[in-house]
Amino acid sequence: MVSRRGLSLSEKHSELHIAETGLDVPAATLRAMYVTMLRIRRFEERVAELVYPLKEIVCPCHLYIGQEAVATGVCSALKKEDWVFSTHRSHGHYIAKGGDIKALMAELYGKETGCSRGRGGSMHLSSPEQGLAGSSAIVAGTIPLAVGAALAFSMQGRDSVSVPFFGDGAAGEGVFYESLNFASLKKLPVVFICENNLYSTHLPISACLGHIQIWEKAEAFNMPGIRVDGNNAVEVFQAARRAVDDARLGKGPTLIECMTYRWRGHVGPHDDIDKGLRSKEELDYWMQRCPVKALEQFLLTHGVLAESEKAKIIKSIDKEIEDSITFAKKSPYPDACSSLNHVFKT
Amino acid sequence: MRQLSYAQAINETLHQMMERDSRVFLIGQGVTSPWYVGTTTTGLIDRFGPERVVDTPVSENGVTGVAVGAALCGMRPVLMHPRMDFMYYAMDQIANHAANWHYMFGGQLSVPLTIWGIINRGGEQAAQHSQALQAMFTHIPGLKVVMPSNPYDAKGLLVASIEDDNPVVYIDDRWLYDHVGEVPEELYSVPIGKGIIRKEGKDVTVAATSYMVYEASKAAEALEKEGVNVEVIDIRSLKPLDENLLFKSVRKTGRLVIADGGWKTCGVGAEIAARVAENDIFKKLKAPVVRVSLPDTPAPASSTLEQAYYRKAEDVVKAIRKVVGG
Repeated sequence: MVSRRGLSLSEKHSELHIAETGLDVPAATLRAMYVTMLRIRRFEERVAELVYPLKEIVCPCHLYIGQEAVATGVCSALKKEDWVFSTHRSHGHYIAKGGDIKALMAELYGKETGCSRGRGGSMHLSSPEQGLAGSSAIVAGTIPLAVGAALAFSMQGRDSVSVPFFGDGAAGEGVFYESLNFASLKKLPVVFICENNLYSTHLPISACLGHIQIWEKAEAFNMPGIRVDGNNAVEVFQAARRAVDDARLGKGPTLIECMTYRWRGHVGPHDDIDKGLRSKEELDYWMQRCPVKALEQFLLTHGVLAESEKAKIIKSIDKEIEDSITFAKKSPYPDACSSLNHVFKT
Repeated sequence: MRQLSYAQAINETLHQMMERDSRVFLIGQGVTSPWYVGTTTTGLIDRFGPERVVDTPVSENGVTGVAVGAALCGMRPVLMHPRMDFMYYAMDQIANHAANWHYMFGGQLSVPLTIWGIINRGGEQAAQHSQALQAMFTHIPGLKVVMPSNPYDAKGLLVASIEDDNPVVYIDDRWLYDHVGEVPEELYSVPIGKGIIRKEGKDVTVAATSYMVYEASKAAEALEKEGVNVEVIDIRSLKPLDENLLFKSVRKTGRLVIADGGWKTCGVGAEIAARVAENDIFKKLKAPVVRVSLPDTPAPASSTLEQAYYRKAEDVVKAIRKVVGG
């Protein structure tokens, strides 16, 4: 982790010191994070099969496998009343913020019972009651929306925090910088989360940015910037928690760059190695740094999780996922007669 | 009744709406500027402070997104763009985000946002400070578009825009700011989606928008003396469009001229003409429809070119003569 303002933990959190792990993170939080990451992993792997070869899901799915620690670490530092805004790669954020899995699967199947009533598909998930305000497939598109939500929070006297998730590709968009500037100018409660998975669709980030240290852009806007290991859920959580606390206390925004990697290609279940977009060696390197395995190993080592519990957790998650598929398949498609609905709120 | 200028009507509305509803705030580039907004925001900053009168950096897309985000989160922002030309920067947030949000998530959150776009042309300002982009916004599903032509509607449509649960593009024209008319002091709203007959007539319908309603009314008056009885319809709401009012009038007169201050190709006139052509009343037309609009060129600087570029009452007169066969 690199930070302009060092790594010392706030006094507030030192009270939470947990003996087993030596971390200032409660064991229950760590366990919950592990379960969330596994839910995302198992869900996405099943979706990959449903897209291909099963071809049951048609809408384009940008899978989150490999990046689970980011959504999980960040959302574990948030309250339900805090808002997050997501991207085209939105399944992980939806699950981590507490969205209903059945409604998610139904959305991928294009059903009326989906979280967006079949109007959005994979790239447009929302769960306002859980604090996921929505997700946009326009790169960097939700960054200013999150800043606006933070402006509303401050006008309304609420102590909520707003979080836009975005990829490294978003650092090529002007609106990213406009948003950093406005949030800094007004000292708004925003925590900017850049998930740097090293690729902007097919292009390596080094072919996109003149300066690839995205976290350093923060300095130009007079706000703290941090780069963390995005495959280390605990590290992400700790960084997010501190930034969220700062935002809640009125100290303004923070930019956190989480270094991670997506195992599948930009879109769909394939790995894109055959297309010459990246090497098998690179993928192997990152798969050895699996964020789920890393947290699992940490919990096992410190006795927070027992080896015997793993199978039970996975079984329960898999049942939830299979139930969601059954639910999605049984659900009706939107009535074609309703195709003009929801253009305007009436 | 009390008389106010168009600019005063907007100013009074902003004062009253911000006083009445703490969710309403004004945001945009130049909301406290002495030259961007005329007198429409006079006194707001002193009364409501910089927290609710947010003058912004020059970041059209970012600031538009901020307003959309605040609207999603329960506020009712009035987002001002001092010239429509600058709104191209903000098209992503307007068209991809504000307009789509309610539909894209199956009718959950909505965007109660007033996007106030100012047409500010003439004075040799040329191609990037003169544009009237109502047709472009009207094209996009999920946006409502209104254009008040007089002080009464400037107030009533602004109230309706702020009260609407959806994004409304409220377009005014600086050429109207000094026009004076009756404006009630109390708050009232003019319904979005309703046009109005400004002058009844039986020979020809002139459907006009915004400033062109003024020019069309002058044209109607001039032709009255020649015995041509013109009906002037103020479209007011481009989306939703009050087709019934339009069709009823055309059915009566059998002739249609459309006067709009935007470009011709794919413009407001094209849409209105097409609506009539698709309807049975097409058969009642006694002459081809004529459009009065800007030529398909950018706005010029030099005054001689400007004179030739912008449309006035005499252009509407010519168009009417053409359809009545004079």
